Amino acid sequence: MTRSNRNLIFGTALTVVFLGAALLSFVWTPGDVTALDIPARLQSPGVDHLLGTDHFGRDILSMLMVGARTSIAVALIAVGIGLTLGVPLGLAAASRSGGWLDELISRSADLIFAFPSLVIAILITAILGPGAVNAILAIGIFNIPVFARLTRGAALSLWTRDFVLAARVAGKGRIRISAEHILPNIANLLIVQSTIQFSLGILAEAGLSYVGLGAQPPLPSWGRMLADAQTLVTLAPHVALIPGLTIVFMVLGLNLLGDGLRDHFDPRLRVFRT
Amino acid sequence: MLAYLIRRLTSLILSLAVASAVIFLVVEVAPGDPASYMLGINAQPETIAALRSELGLDQPKLHRYLSWAGGMLSGDFGTSYTYRSPVSDMVAERLWISLPLALYALALTVLLAFPAGLIAAAYRGRPSDMGVMAASQLGVAIPNFWFAMLLVLLFAIKWRLFPSGGFPGWDNPIKAINALTLPAIALALPQAAILARVLRSSLIETLSEDYIRTARAKGLSRAQTLWRHGVRNALIPVLTIIGLQFSFLIAGAIIIEQVFYLPGLGRLIFQSISQRDLIVVESVVMLLVFAVILVNFLTDVAYALADPRLRRR
Repeated sequence: MTRSNRNLIFGTALTVVFLGAALLSFVWTPGDVTALDIPARLQSPGVDHLLGTDHFGRDILSMLMVGARTSIAVALIAVGIGLTLGVPLGLAAASRSGGWLDELISRSADLIFAFPSLVIAILITAILGPGAVNAILAIGIFNIPVFARLTRGAALSLWTRDFVLAARVAGKGRIRISAEHILPNIANLLIVQSTIQFSLGILAEAGLSYVGLGAQPPLPSWGRMLADAQTLVTLAPHVALIPGLTIVFMVLGLNLLGDGLRDHFDPRLRVFRT
Repeated sequence: MLAYLIRRLTSLILSLAVASAVIFLVVEVAPGDPASYMLGINAQPETIAALRSELGLDQPKLHRYLSWAGGMLSGDFGTSYTYRSPVSDMVAERLWISLPLALYALALTVLLAFPAGLIAAAYRGRPSDMGVMAASQLGVAIPNFWFAMLLVLLFAIKWRLFPSGGFPGWDNPIKAINALTLPAIALALPQAAILARVLRSSLIETLSEDYIRTARAKGLSRAQTLWRHGVRNALIPVLTIIGLQFSFLIAGAIIIEQVFYLPGLGRLIFQSISQRDLIVVESVVMLLVFAVILVNFLTDVAYALADPRLRRR
């Protein structure tokens, strides 16, 4: 088993486990995430509650499963925003390389990059009000320039290739060439970058909900579980350790998947991480 | 060089102008009027109107934007709606925590990442390389606020080596640095993981160059080659990343300040948002963005000075 294969296998396995748990939570969880059971609070992991209970006696495993739903949905939709807006912008910029449109798109991307993303995300959620939808928006906006830049860079080198020249000679327009010849050739790159942005989105969502700007109660979220655990960490370390490790494994899984896919598609591929 | 500098400077000014307009617009669409918030729900409409005109909130938006942006240029950040004190004073006070914290974290990042990246590149494919790579893979995946909680649990509560939060002020520098140590470590870890990776891959690329083989052929030892020819040439992409990381450290500090109850810029932002002290929010965010844009600008100029080829772009 080569290194890239190992990455791919571990990454896929971890990701599938988390996606599966999130999906399963729609139909079944071991416990009720909204029912309080104060006498059973802060139990260590055991037979009754596989991962223990929190300060309200809620089953931590169930909360993590439902929380996975929020994290994944937020991060996934944010990636979707980045792809649907960033890729067309990048394609357009590359097809008019050097023109005013290219200049405008590239400069705007540079400008958004200059904003400390988390500061602006905090600003957006604080002003529009905390909640999952605004968290998606705040994270999604910063995915747009990432995909726009990546797409433009990769597309630019493709535009100099012979098969594109052939398509132009055949009379195809810039939009058709972008869609039929450029896009399929950069799809791999986009898939790899998407997994990385997905994992960054999970971390960003956890950070926002930790400071109280993500999904709101009673919806469980990983970041808020950690915020709640902060004052209890000496009493019952597991309430802080378990949700934290969950985030680490989810992010690790996605990163390994991204690395594995990159090596699988093309060992020379370089995806930038910010 | 002069033409390059002028071009870069123009784009710097343009970026700042656009950034300030965006920040102003975003904050302006915020629901909630600062004047009615300050006076409470029982306030008479006339009193609210009077306060609005006193704060200048009844002026046209463009006018307010220009006076805010113009004021910032001359170092006047406006007056806080809530505290009636100059925003620049409030910012200066907090900056004495946030800036040292970011610099401390940056120093730790470099100190952690350099040896790690160097070892990984020098022993590529061997166990030490794999160890560094695995550690960095983990470092990237750990949310820094959670890592901060673990640090508090171990170093503050269990072993009592560092305080678990709060800031004693700079009167006693040793105590102050102690208070910033755990936050700085928490901030530095993920950035060090990224930097170590960048350094490793940059070094590996450099080490495959012909001049490295030449250096070895002329009799330099492996270590000498690595140090004299490898590290120096591998440093360019590494410096870019360090410049970028500064912005992540500033942003990350906002959340880490919450974990450690540090009264820095991050807490000021949160506090001002909840009090609808819009002018403080605008000014602090603008200051952060300005810092990032400026650092990137300086990095670019430093390169252009070092490498004439970069001036043409």
